[in-house]
Amino acid sequence: MYLGRVVGCVWSTVKNRNLEGQRMLVIQPLTPELANTGQRIVCTDCTGAGAGELIYWVRGREASLAFLPNEPATDTTVVGIVDSVHVKSAAAPEPPPPAAPAPAPPAKGRKPLRKAS
Amino acid sequence: MLIARVIGELVATYKHPSHEGRKILMVQPLNLDGTNRGVAVVALDAVDAGVGDKVLVTTEGFCACTSVGRLLQPIDMAVIGFIDQIEILSDVS
Repeated sequence: MYLGRVVGCVWSTVKNRNLEGQRMLVIQPLTPELANTGQRIVCTDCTGAGAGELIYWVRGREASLAFLPNEPATDTTVVGIVDSVHVKSAAAPEPPPPAAPAPAPPAKGRKPLRKAS
Repeated sequence: MLIARVIGELVATYKHPSHEGRKILMVQPLNLDGTNRGVAVVALDAVDAGVGDKVLVTTEGFCACTSVGRLLQPIDMAVIGFIDQIEILSDVS
């Protein structure tokens, strides 16, 4: 499964019969820090997610199993609406930079302009 | 299967019924040297893993469904084991 955000929806009048009645959403994949990553995709939806909502989606054959006993011709389906993401900062993929860089040493043979308080 | 580290958890109130009662984990796939490999993914928990654990993640649907114990459900990734140690033989190329 992957994290994503609903950024639009797709209307289609002529489509596979199994896809009739299915909502189709445009999804922007996200990183755990909620930054955009990768290309936008079209997903069917089994949750009723709305524009701007944080969701997670399934890829592959399992995407059509969300609609059993129907098996629509879909390979990506939104299966949950995300309330919150808890990412432990120490285990995050990109550790944050140090809060304050160490002050540069004063040039040799010259006094610092102001004494550090 | 992927080597990955659990970096967090998702909270989702409204989700497919087959995902109820299982933790939903954010896992970051790793290279053999421990560096990140691609973007973190979402996986259901089958072994009671927690944040910081190094785990084995399956990315195939049938395997994920059976490990969680829910056949024919929309589950394509699951955490299916803990990794204690990885040994790489240097003389085999």
